[in-house]
Amino acid sequence: MSVSAPPTTLPRLLVGMPARGAMTLEHHLEIHGDLPPFARRRRDSALALINELERSGLRGRGGAAFPTATKMTAVAVARGRAIVVANGCEGEPASFKDRLLLERLPHLIIDGALLAAHAVDASEVLIAIDEHATRAVRATDKALRERTDLYRGTPPVRIITTPSGYVSGQEAAAVNFLNGGAAKPTAASAPIFERGVKGRPTLVNNVETLAHIALIARYGAIWFRELGTDTEPGSTLVTLGGAVVYPGVLEIETGTPIASLVHAAGGATEALRAFLLGGYAGTWVSGDVGYQLPLSRDRVSDVGASLGAGVVFALPNSACPVSEVAFAARWLSTQSAGQCGPCVHGLDAIATAIDQMRVGTGTDGALQRIRRWASLSSARGACAHPDGAARFIASATEVFANELADHACRGPCTGCLQPHLLPTPVAPPTQRAA
Amino acid sequence: MTSHLRVNWIACEAHGMCAELLPERITLDEWGYPIIDERPISPELEPHARRAVEACPTLALARAHTRQR
Amino acid sequence: MSPPLASTVGPSAYWYMTRATGTTALILLTLSVVLGVIDVERYTTTRMPRFVIDGVHRTVSLLAVTFLVVHIVTAALDSFASIPLIDAIVPFVGSYRPFWLGLGAASFDLVLAVVITSLARRRLGYRTWRFTHWLAYASWPIALLHGLGTGSDIKSTWMIAISGFCVAAVLLAVCIRVASGWPGRAGLRSVALGLAVCFAGGTALWLPSGPFAAGWARRSGTPTSLLRPATIRSAR
Repeated sequence: MSVSAPPTTLPRLLVGMPARGAMTLEHHLEIHGDLPPFARRRRDSALALINELERSGLRGRGGAAFPTATKMTAVAVARGRAIVVANGCEGEPASFKDRLLLERLPHLIIDGALLAAHAVDASEVLIAIDEHATRAVRATDKALRERTDLYRGTPPVRIITTPSGYVSGQEAAAVNFLNGGAAKPTAASAPIFERGVKGRPTLVNNVETLAHIALIARYGAIWFRELGTDTEPGSTLVTLGGAVVYPGVLEIETGTPIASLVHAAGGATEALRAFLLGGYAGTWVSGDVGYQLPLSRDRVSDVGASLGAGVVFALPNSACPVSEVAFAARWLSTQSAGQCGPCVHGLDAIATAIDQMRVGTGTDGALQRIRRWASLSSARGACAHPDGAARFIASATEVFANELADHACRGPCTGCLQPHLLPTPVAPPTQRAA
Repeated sequence: MTSHLRVNWIACEAHGMCAELLPERITLDEWGYPIIDERPISPELEPHARRAVEACPTLALARAHTRQR
Repeated sequence: MSPPLASTVGPSAYWYMTRATGTTALILLTLSVVLGVIDVERYTTTRMPRFVIDGVHRTVSLLAVTFLVVHIVTAALDSFASIPLIDAIVPFVGSYRPFWLGLGAASFDLVLAVVITSLARRRLGYRTWRFTHWLAYASWPIALLHGLGTGSDIKSTWMIAISGFCVAAVLLAVCIRVASGWPGRAGLRSVALGLAVCFAGGTALWLPSGPFAAGWARRSGTPTSLLRPATIRSAR
């Protein structure tokens, strides 16, 4: 067993990431060293791991930011043999970090998944990957075959491909799909940590969360807390897109202001109108507010925004915000699972109204109606999809109030003619380490 | 102990009987889906709330009891 | 023990009661089907909100069951024909017009299934309840045929009128349901409509050579001991 020196600064997860292809097992062990041994007295070492995670203050990186140790404890004490799901579905089109980890650093994820399985005494591990992310599937599969029998006594790890879709990666949807149903959220009778896949207690962790676990198990909670803020320690992956020179995935410490992020990505290509934080379920903030904004959940929520799954999108002045928002609103409406009336009707009404404003055929009071529909869509569905869409729309109506009023009077502008900048799911990812 | 109403949004098909039977706490949006007023249900409204829950054809309305902290 | 209203010659009061409650039950079942369609079609007025129509549908159905129970009990109590209670639940095992009476038992079984699943709706879940509720569409025509086959009053004008109204009402209800797009697939809708129309038409065509014709009592399986001696009819 080799012990490796912990990285003192950034990068942590992305250290040694190959420019192309996946990191081999050999290279992975060279850089990070071996995992601490899975002790024979399972219960003690499992408890020790959960305690270490608790001390580290690690929160989920899938968007909900739920304390990881709390989630694990809930699964560990639930009745029945647990099962671990590594969620790499990444339905958010503006986020590429999970795909990056799966394609280039799968061993980190698998390490984390095995550790999580050990902590909750799970008998199997499933890695859920979008069926269209073929490179990610191939790389993970190859990594699994590289390490057959690497750690004896660990549960089997399998890849399950899931249908693409914005809501497919939502926890309940993923579990429902793994149970043979559709990749749609359910009105669950019992929480997933009690009854999830096959009726067993299920631990669903984002793949980035698992990657952090893989390092915390090696280097400890104190090391993890050396970076980041007190309430949100550690590093986190952020997908920076839009009008920057080198868009891609960066690893930052929590609390880094967006200005540093943009600078690390080669700077902005032109003056920036606004930032979208958190992706399609996120919030718009104006350019000047955004530049100084430290990327931590507390500070971001102070301006009424949320980080979501670590997405920052820079909208340039030359783009038309109304056209971008109209496109996104329509896309969000099509991504509804179609199960709940308020979501189906509300999001459709919003998308139609915004598009009417864009082309100047909107009626009086359209903005008030849109705001009302957005508030009616919140907390009235089986999942948080309409809530996210509502948040996106509500913030857009505030930040872009002028442009919206302008379009409502005068119709489309020159910026509307350009292809939209917000990414669609088909766009190929570009990645880069900080 | 307070109780409040919970809607299973997947089961709800906008029949609207709940709003007819408990208009003090339930109104309908323009598509017929219920908007629940989160205020607690007073004892006088209890039988009406129970009746509204019983009347829902798709069993989408339920009562959830929460202990007062 | 001979029930006080029994008569050794001809039908007793129980016999009349069973026929009356049977007819009433048919009317109530028809009303229930019509109300059920109005309910699911979500027709509503300010005077008749949805919960009222739904409530009346449930009440009429329970009332129908009540009348059915009286219908069965009086039939069993009556000594004119030997109809034990078991004949009401297990179809086709009786000695009195076994097939036609059995249809009544089959219909009653289906009605019981619908009512019990409705009372236990919360425990069974919505989908199970919905699926079993469609048995109501099957129970009604079986009940009607039972009435036509066993009924002693079938040739009277008022009975024909009642039956005609009931058939028309249910046919209309089915048409409304089909027209608004149920069942989901177009093929199934044509089948449903076809079945309903064929049933109504087929029954009408069958009546003259069936219950309306002479000798129906014997042909339908009335025990010979109960048959009236053949009367001499005036020849035309």
